[in-house]
Order: sequence, then C-alpha cells, then structure tokens
Amino acid sequence: MKLPDPEQLTQQLALAIKPRLRANTVLVGIHTGGAWIAEKVQQQLGGKLPLGTLDISFYRDDFSRIGLHPQVTPSAISFEVEDAHVILIDDVLHTGRTIRAAMNELYDYGRPASIELAVLIDRGGRELPIAADMVGARLDLTENQNIQVTLDPNNKLTLSLHER
Amino acid sequence: MTPNPQLTDTGALRHLLTIEGLSAKLIHSILDTAESFVSVGEREVKKVPLLRGKSIFNLFFEASTRTRTTFEIAAKRLSADVVNLNVSASSQSKGETLLDTVDNLSAMGADMFVVRHAQSGAAHFIARHVAPHIHVVNAGDGRHAHPTQGLLDMFTIRRFKKDFTQLRVAVVGDVMHSRVARSEIHALTTLGVPEVRVIAPRTLLPKGVESLGVHVFNDMQAGLKDVDVVMMLRLQNERMSGTFLPSAQEYFKYYGLTADKLKLAKPDAIVMHPGPMNRGVEIDSSVADGGQAVILPQVTFGIAVRMAVMSMLAGA
Repeated sequence: MKLPDPEQLTQQLALAIKPRLRANTVLVGIHTGGAWIAEKVQQQLGGKLPLGTLDISFYRDDFSRIGLHPQVTPSAISFEVEDAHVILIDDVLHTGRTIRAAMNELYDYGRPASIELAVLIDRGGRELPIAADMVGARLDLTENQNIQVTLDPNNKLTLSLHER
Repeated sequence: MTPNPQLTDTGALRHLLTIEGLSAKLIHSILDTAESFVSVGEREVKKVPLLRGKSIFNLFFEASTRTRTTFEIAAKRLSADVVNLNVSASSQSKGETLLDTVDNLSAMGADMFVVRHAQSGAAHFIARHVAPHIHVVNAGDGRHAHPTQGLLDMFTIRRFKKDFTQLRVAVVGDVMHSRVARSEIHALTTLGVPEVRVIAPRTLLPKGVESLGVHVFNDMQAGLKDVDVVMMLRLQNERMSGTFLPSAQEYFKYYGLTADKLKLAKPDAIVMHPGPMNRGVEIDSSVADGGQAVILPQVTFGIAVRMAVMSMLAGA
C-alpha cells in the first residue's frame, strides 16, 4: 500500500482547521504522535494559538488489564479549558478509546465550550460512537495491520505500516 | 538469590516494603510517574480514574497524621475508596492478631493495605500472608524502613538539584532510631550520590553505619561543610531523657540546624525535614521558615509520589 506523506497531510489538516478558528480556540495534541502534529499545525497557523498536550495514561480503560504505561509524561495544559473551543489532535483514529479518555481528561481541567477532533489518519475500526471532524487521510486497514507515526531526527513525520 | 518479594516475575513493583533492593531504574520510573501526578494536583479537578472501584485500607497501628493523610489524599485522587483504620484503638486492643485483622479486611474486599506499625518487618509479614491480588505498602515499620518518605525525599532532591551524581548530602540527627534515615541512605546510594554523610552524636548512630556506604561525622560544623542537601531527622521526644542525650537544649547547641551552621553548606543548599519538626531542638525556626527550606514542598510531592506508588502496584 502506498502511504501518504504525513507532512503534507499535516498541512492539509492545518488548512482544514483554519476556517474553524474562533476567538478562544486552543489546540490540544494527544501524546505522543498527536502532540507532534499539533505543534506543526500550530506553527502553520502562525504559532500563536495556545497549545497543550494530554497524556491519557491515567484515563485508559485497559488499566486493570495491562497496568500503568511505563512512561507517562505529564499532561501540559497551561491555559483555561473552561469555555474554550478545543481542537483535539491525534495521529491515528482507530477504536476511539483514546479519544474517549482524552475527553474525560479534558473535562478534569474544565468545561470546554466545544471539542472538535482532527486526526492525521482515520483507519476505521471504531468501537465507540466517535468521529473526527477533520481528517488528513482515510485508510482501510485490516485488524492485523498497524499504522504508526514517528518523528525522525530531522523533525519530519514518517508513516509506517506493520503487519501483526 | 532469593527473589525480591516486592517484585513480580517480570520485575514490576507488586509491594513496596523497602527501598533496599530496588534498582536505580525502578526508582527513577517511580519518580517520573510521580512527576505526572504533580500536574494532576495542579488542575481544577485533582482526580484521575485509575483506581476507581479499588478499596484501599490505611492500616495504622501507630499514630501518624501527615503520612496517613497524604496516603488518603493520594488514594482519593486516584478515585479509590479509602478506609482509615486506627487499629491501636480497636480490635488489637481486644486481642485480635495482626493476621486476623488482615484476613477480615481482605474478606471485606481490600485491594491494597497501607501499613504503619511499630514492629520492624510488619509490612513484610502481611505481604507474605495476603492473597496474590492484594498489594501492600509499607508506611513505616519500626526502625526498619519508610520507603515512600525516602522516595518523596528523592523526588524533592531531583526537583531542586537535578543530578544525583554530583551531590554531597548530609543526613543529620537520630540515625539510630530512624527508619526514614535508612530509607534515605539506601535511596541516595542507589541513585549514585557520591558522598552521603551522616551527622550525629555517637549515641544516636547505629553500630556499623559505615557499612551502608556513608561518611560519619560527629561534629556538625565539619559535616555540613559544602553539602548540597541537608536532610534533618526528627528527634523523638522519648529519646531526650536517659542515656541517649543530656537535654534538648544541649542537643540543639551541638546538632540543631541554625542559620549560622547552615552557612557552612553550599549557598544554594536545600534543607529538608520529614516532619513533624521540633523547632528549637533539631531545627531553628529561622531555618525551618527560611528560603532554603523545602519542607512544605516535600509534603506536596509526597502526595504525587504516593499516587505513583499506588498506581504502579495496582497495575502490576
């Protein structure tokens, strides 16, 4: 399968987000991939939008099965979430469970005026009623395929496909 | 080698009984996890759903306010249900054995015990006894260990001093009777602190303390020279009469931390104390309330460190 260029997708995502910006829009990237993308989107939109990151490890629904992720990073939300228009950004939308956890965590910072979801890749396979408002690319992947976004040492996003 | 009873087969933390035997890597991973919980404590809603539906029993056979309260807050911020038992005032006075108490609480659905006991080894004893799904945290056993205090002290040092391998640290006071001192010394040496000093009168030093890898000073002035971190210990009132010490006043004169003595340490040295403080006995108020004291941050960090420990145990 030919994979799209993630840097180009990020630009498209920024363009899709641009007309939806409001006075109190904030960007929140989900650790790790979503945080990289959110940072790039923020740069492309002028570098002024408030930018935060969420590590949803404390909100995962599989904690009782697999325990705590060995490397939790602090969530960093340094602005008011209360009444903000939040654009939540992640790399790959799959089951929707990460987004459920992220929304729960966001609410522990305050009650946002709205939350919209922007993802680089929508690979299908939802297990929860969650949909993205802005999508870079849609890929039809089987359950045995796993798509991963990484950041290379030159700060370039790369996509890779793995068979399980 | 007998396996460490604190660890699972895969090396995850199952119980926290003592810092002795924990690797530097594991200690750092606890501190890293605690770092994330500090940010939770700064939010509007200071709660995460990790331990929702778990029952944590604070089993305190010995009085404690700060430790019990911070464990309670930590458990509540993890969304666990917390039950506080002041056992000295209940069934043990009616003659129930320790293990019967534990069995009864296990039958009530306990997932974790946080144990404080005057007998060294009490938490180990309970950990060996409980069912495999139950976790035990030692919140202080006799003169043996107080691992979460040791960990929160390391967290505090890391926050203010970053690199352990460049530090000179002095532990001052009643080392002999202090479980906190033991946990601190094990943690400091494991994390690679090149020079750990203990400063105390001979009567308050355990025999063979050098074997823990520390430098012993009986003179406080000499011991404080150029240190980066001063870790004060509490002088327990019951030690002040009899053979250990002539009087509180005399102790303060030689081993109390005053602003003058603190000047011998590095100018940016931090002063720590596990609490509760005896002002005018081991520490002067001007130091305790001064700019170099990080005693209250220790308390705040203690919550995050205990959240990290409890969530790591529950997930093991």
